[in-house]
Amino acid sequence: MTTPPAPTASDPLPHRWSTAPFEPYAVEKMSPEQERVYLAPQWKLMWWKFRKHRLAVISGIVILLMYLSVAICEFLAPYHYTTRNTDFIRAPRQELRLFHEGSFVGPFVYPYVQRLNMENLKREYDVDETRPQKLRFFCRADTYEFWGFIPGNLHLICPPEGGTLYLLGTDRLGRDMFSRILYGGRISLTIGLLGVSVSFVLGIIIGGIAGYYGGKVDLIVQRIIEIVQSLPHIPLWLALGAIMPPSWSPLLVYFGITVILGLMDWTGLARAVRSKLLALREEDYVVAAQLMGAKPARIIGLHLVPGFMSHLIAAATITIPKTILGETALSFLGLGLRPPITSWGVMLNEAQNINVVALYPWLLYPCVPVIVIILAFNFLGDGLRDAADPYR
Amino acid sequence: MLLKYIFKRILVMIPTLFVTSVLIFTVINLPEGDYFETMVAEMQAQGEKADMSRVEFLKKEYGFDKPPAERYFWWVTGLLRGDMGYSFEYQLPVRDIVGDRLLLTMIVSFFTIIFTWIVAFPIGIYSATHQYSWGDYGLTFVGMLGLAIPHFLLALIFLYFANIWFGTSIGGLVDPQYLNQPMSWAKFKSVLEHLWIPVIIIGAGGTAGMIRKLRANLLDELQKQYYVTARAKGLPPGKALRKYPLRMALNFFISDIGDILPSIVSGAEIVAIVLSLQTTGPLLIRALQSQDMYLAGSFLMFLSFLTVIGVLISDIALAILDPRIRLQGTATK
Repeated sequence: MTTPPAPTASDPLPHRWSTAPFEPYAVEKMSPEQERVYLAPQWKLMWWKFRKHRLAVISGIVILLMYLSVAICEFLAPYHYTTRNTDFIRAPRQELRLFHEGSFVGPFVYPYVQRLNMENLKREYDVDETRPQKLRFFCRADTYEFWGFIPGNLHLICPPEGGTLYLLGTDRLGRDMFSRILYGGRISLTIGLLGVSVSFVLGIIIGGIAGYYGGKVDLIVQRIIEIVQSLPHIPLWLALGAIMPPSWSPLLVYFGITVILGLMDWTGLARAVRSKLLALREEDYVVAAQLMGAKPARIIGLHLVPGFMSHLIAAATITIPKTILGETALSFLGLGLRPPITSWGVMLNEAQNINVVALYPWLLYPCVPVIVIILAFNFLGDGLRDAADPYR
Repeated sequence: MLLKYIFKRILVMIPTLFVTSVLIFTVINLPEGDYFETMVAEMQAQGEKADMSRVEFLKKEYGFDKPPAERYFWWVTGLLRGDMGYSFEYQLPVRDIVGDRLLLTMIVSFFTIIFTWIVAFPIGIYSATHQYSWGDYGLTFVGMLGLAIPHFLLALIFLYFANIWFGTSIGGLVDPQYLNQPMSWAKFKSVLEHLWIPVIIIGAGGTAGMIRKLRANLLDELQKQYYVTARAKGLPPGKALRKYPLRMALNFFISDIGDILPSIVSGAEIVAIVLSLQTTGPLLIRALQSQDMYLAGSFLMFLSFLTVIGVLISDIALAILDPRIRLQGTATK
């Protein structure tokens, strides 16, 4: 018997096997691109998804800019929000111009000459187009206390020497609308955030309890949520707003309002928390924690909530505009913040009377930032909600 | 079967109304002091001497010396008997003050819902069937605006433009000559003439929301296999749409009333204040400010009742429309 010749390296059987070096992990190996996706942490996945939502990104930038500008509003505003100029009561807006008689001058305004119309006793303002008044930049003007404790008087733009700068007109006390809108934004925008954090806490606690325990507790909480949601919010807000005694200090009223706004808006968040918890509490790691003797509060707070935090933040973003609107509506009706504090709602309170609005339409300007911020938060919330679900 | 469902549904309403009434009573009673103390303080501030014995008598008469639980009991049983309490400020029973206004509030809310439906339905269908067309984009944008602009701002803007374009004021809900007259056909017609402006303003937000939801819902349905099959069989698009997905979407359309009704009622209140409509809004805010608690409480209770009834009606309509709900007793979406 002859043994078949052993195959040699020079003479392999071509159909039996490949001589290419064998790489056992070739199938599992990912292209660098895939690797990037699979190894990315969750926040990165969210960011990629979010970036594709153009409108949401733009809205995010708008919101950031708005918050930034109200953070440094003392510096940006040409006037302090309480500065009154009794010579210019309810003056219309001054146009910002660049060219005077055809030649470039740089940013300037024409001064106003006020006269009293003796027929209807209305103050009328004539534009004096012969005297351009140049604006000053990085200059010293009204003193302020930055964030309430750092005194300063540096402004980005100031009114010209001996002149005025009312870019959006003045109100009935001769205060600059533009500066007041900037300052008012500080209150309106922070109250949105604070109010949402109140409802956030309420939502997590109540929704957490319902979702974790399930059963009867869940049923009761569900009913309560349904009831609160079926109530007309604004009348109840009004009723709650009326509770605050007039003797309260403005700061106390401010916090009172945030709590009131939070009290009505937690239901959506509680629902989100509950449904997520109901799904997550069956997971093995929860059972493991229970077996090791962890208390419910610890399990909810430490193990469950981080799992859907991104969802919650997206849900909270959508409730922020509601809170801002609530504050504006309450203050507009005079049951929310009260005058020494300036918010957009308080400013709009002056525009409640149609006769006033018809004569001085610039009192309606605070509408514009309200609408912009609400739109921006809605778009941002949509984008975040989509992004929080990266596997969809 | 249907009757049983309706019966069950009404039974569920009772605890809801009970909790609501407790909530409202608590809220109304939270402010320090009561109407009489405010009144006495005001009189003393004006240098008048308050008749303390009369105040004491009134307090006793209206049960202010009793514990809250007892007062609550009397308030609720009064409401059940149709006695809404007594307004201290107007010195009249609440019912006499609010009767007409409640009716007007109901009329405004009712027409707003009709408006929302009539506008949202065709636009939602158009948006869904013409997804990503210019019309869809445009309508979506307008819808977003409608959602973003708060009712009272929209009312102000309307007032402003009506004033500068037409030189008229659009405030009010009836012609002045009908103001203090009982409801009549002529008054009703006058109301209808004035109604469209508040209805548009109040309905804007709800309509926008409904368009968005209808579009999303319908888009989901349009991708389902039954629709694809129907189209593949050769059913023309219009008929396929009408016969299947639209009926599914209609379901949600009715149930959604429960969600938008509270916001319509809220909006109606605040718009009423801006446009000075003769509905409950302006009176409610006045009552809240002066702690006229029976008036305010009965108002709030009535508004909540209105929404609860609205949800009930929409649920019943849904049950008639959808056999699954009738049979199982729960909504399956």
